[in-house]
Amino acid sequence: MTVLVGTLLFTGIFFLTVGTIGLLRFPDVYTRIHATTKCDTLGLGLVLVSLMFISGLSWDSVKLLFVIIFVWLTNPTAAHVISKAAYKRGIPMAEGSFFINKEEKPDGNI
Amino acid sequence: MNNLLISACIILVITISLCLYKGARGPTIADRLVAVNVIGTKTVVLISLVSFIFEKTFFLDVALVYALISFLTTIMVADYMVGENKKEEEGIK
Repeated sequence: MTVLVGTLLFTGIFFLTVGTIGLLRFPDVYTRIHATTKCDTLGLGLVLVSLMFISGLSWDSVKLLFVIIFVWLTNPTAAHVISKAAYKRGIPMAEGSFFINKEEKPDGNI
Repeated sequence: MNNLLISACIILVITISLCLYKGARGPTIADRLVAVNVIGTKTVVLISLVSFIFEKTFFLDVALVYALISFLTTIMVADYMVGENKKEEEGIK
């Protein structure tokens, strides 16, 4: 039981740490969103599933399940809204980004 | 079991402080917003872990409400980002 909980817990913590490294190291807003969202969703899911294994069949597990479902619904939505707002505001992409249509390249006020 | 949870909490606090550094330093407003969003998600995990360390499981309600408010914050600040830009284009201050 302890081995199962520890494995799930530290896999989740590993994904959260990788998301933080991506946030610090990537060159661009859009790539940072890409790194953090995926790793956050997976990391939170794994950590809370390990807590569900600790508490067993109880109301606490149901609450944790509600938290997981809610974050899995809202986190991609928030990332989509942030990236759309950044694109509309014209925040530039990293150097060497590839554009099919040159007209759509955002540039201008940060 | 408790030692596992406490060590996970310590690692999580270190990553949260790194995100806070990025949010204070990030060059554009969207970088700061991404950092705040990540901090919100990690805080939900941290509150759940703390509730199991102290064995007071009513903290899980706090985690649920924190997730709600964090989502609303992100949506509102992103909306403000776009709206401010539109006002600048139209010449209204």
